[in-house]
Amino acid sequence: MQPFTTVSGKAAPMLAANIDTDVIMPKQFLKGIDRNGLDRGVFFDLRFLPSGAPNPEFILNQPGWLAARFLVTGPNFGCGSSREHAVWGLKQLGIRALIGSSFAGIFYDNCQRNGVLVITLEDVLVQALGRLISQPETADITVDLVTQSIRLAEGSVIDFKIDGLRKTALLQGLDAIGSTLQRSAQIREFEQRHLQANPWLR
Amino acid sequence: MTHAKTLYDKHIDSHTVCALDDQGHVLLYIDRQVINEYTSPQAFSGLRDAGRDVWRPQTALAVVDHVNPTAPMRVAAMADAGGALQVSYLQQNCEKFGIELLDVLDQRQGIEHVIAPEQGFILPGMVIAAGDSHTTTYGALGAFGFGIGTSEIEHLLATQTLVYKRLKSMRVNVEGTLGLGLTSKDLIMALIAKIGASGATGYAIEFTGSTIDTLSVEARMTICNMAVEAGARGAFMAPDDKVFAYLQLKPRAPQGEQWVRAMTRWRLLYSDPDAQFDQEVQLDASELEPMVTWGTSPDQAAAIGSRVPDPQAVSDLIVRQDMRRALNYMGLQAGTPLNEVVISHAFIGSCTNARIEDLRDAAHVVRGQKVASHVRAMIVPGSTQVRDQAEAEGLAAIFTDAGFEWRQSGCSMCLAMNDDVLAPGDRCASSTNRNFEGRQGTGARTHLMSPAMVAAAAITGHLIDVRQLSGRI
Repeated sequence: MQPFTTVSGKAAPMLAANIDTDVIMPKQFLKGIDRNGLDRGVFFDLRFLPSGAPNPEFILNQPGWLAARFLVTGPNFGCGSSREHAVWGLKQLGIRALIGSSFAGIFYDNCQRNGVLVITLEDVLVQALGRLISQPETADITVDLVTQSIRLAEGSVIDFKIDGLRKTALLQGLDAIGSTLQRSAQIREFEQRHLQANPWLR
Repeated sequence: MTHAKTLYDKHIDSHTVCALDDQGHVLLYIDRQVINEYTSPQAFSGLRDAGRDVWRPQTALAVVDHVNPTAPMRVAAMADAGGALQVSYLQQNCEKFGIELLDVLDQRQGIEHVIAPEQGFILPGMVIAAGDSHTTTYGALGAFGFGIGTSEIEHLLATQTLVYKRLKSMRVNVEGTLGLGLTSKDLIMALIAKIGASGATGYAIEFTGSTIDTLSVEARMTICNMAVEAGARGAFMAPDDKVFAYLQLKPRAPQGEQWVRAMTRWRLLYSDPDAQFDQEVQLDASELEPMVTWGTSPDQAAAIGSRVPDPQAVSDLIVRQDMRRALNYMGLQAGTPLNEVVISHAFIGSCTNARIEDLRDAAHVVRGQKVASHVRAMIVPGSTQVRDQAEAEGLAAIFTDAGFEWRQSGCSMCLAMNDDVLAPGDRCASSTNRNFEGRQGTGARTHLMSPAMVAAAAITGHLIDVRQLSGRI
């Protein structure tokens, strides 16, 4: 997994509520057996016109945000389907962190597993940040996971919280499976007791 | 005296291998997982690339459901190359790793959350994780199920565990009698409208109360299934005699002495009387009316007797903008009576509402009637077994006589990953779970409701209160 330490770049506002994973990655991009080419599918129905040309009204098609690294999102971003394709696509498009007031649970975990940092802030802070980055000139931010802070274009800093476990995994780009398998003996011991007490689970 | 526990605490405590920190993270042992063809390929590829094995293959059950066609004549071939690739890769993976697969031609095939309970694969007290958000369905059996992404599927396959953070607990207590013509779908839709699409984000919901007690196990599944549309990462009820009776006849349920032992354990699966919940919600079922969605989020729902709401009347700027956007996508004018909204399609299917009781409800409304001439109406049973049973009970004939298409099982037009896709501008009365933009097809419009309400809309050609069809409830 790609580690996350400090990333700088443009942040794009996407403040509508309940942007779901069907909108982030429509069904026609779910037919692969690998992760390739999903950048094309991200926000497909919003990003492209029926003709296939980029929709000039969509935020990520506007000159200031073509290379956006962050999204500042509305409440309940990533709700709906569990499809991890949504996160793979966002990552391939260059998005490294999401900043919003709330995120759907499965989506949140999927981001974590792919080195996409999810930052949850108070709604008023998200709104203020959204206003600030609504102009490309002031949309540059730096997200520093080490110090747990977001540095804004005008110089101020927003601190954020994150669980230590998640922070370490992101900073080091840890292989989650490898880490858990170091506890194999403990899992086997638990399993033996569990199946003895509940033999119908065998 | 020991600390009073919620049922959620009991589910998690009994499956905790070890604590990982003091922030609520644990290594959680998972008893079962269900695998489908579209969220699993990259997980299996990850195992192959790392040379890892599956920890306990007998705890997984794979089924083809998302991409398969549902045309009335069942064939092994998929509708497109991508789907065919996913199905053949699933076959290869199940063979290599020793996982049981219910292929598209298997008599036990169907939507994962319909067939897993049907086969007795899910039992009370189990913790189940699967690569599909509607895994919450299993809570109706007194189990704890939740959806995960593909990376987590790989982690689970390799370790039988997940790194899990304890949720907050919410109790939704439902009292009062559901009126004639109302179903558990109306109940869960009303709850989602009340608490919002993220009202239960970060929570596990336990449903309690006399109304829940009176519901059938299948009706309870509809509630737990759709609780994820309020953001819940788990939704369940304490198992009761109805659950035990439901399970006793299932193929994989424990037998003989094992059954007796299991029952003794299962009867302890309830929240202790003094247990504290982080949040409590009360719902009065007797006040409910049949629900329909008018927008593009499951919480944008209202009683069928009401009108399309007016964004102007809402003070919150963001909510107002979201409503405007939704009404624009849905092609609806504020103030229009919901029962005047004309549909082009009717769909009864999905893991939410395509079990035998759902089809009986719909057939009761449809019997002797005809589908409106401008409506294409489809029924996609939740499983091949449900389809067979509905044919044996004469329900299929009622549907086909009325002009419904009677199809094979699969996820179908709930998410339109197969060839059952709506065209831009189509408007569908749907017994499914999500009315998102583009969900049933780019530019297509979805109105969620109960199967009986879909049946009524199919016949009249517009949204309508099923109770207005005299003698039909």
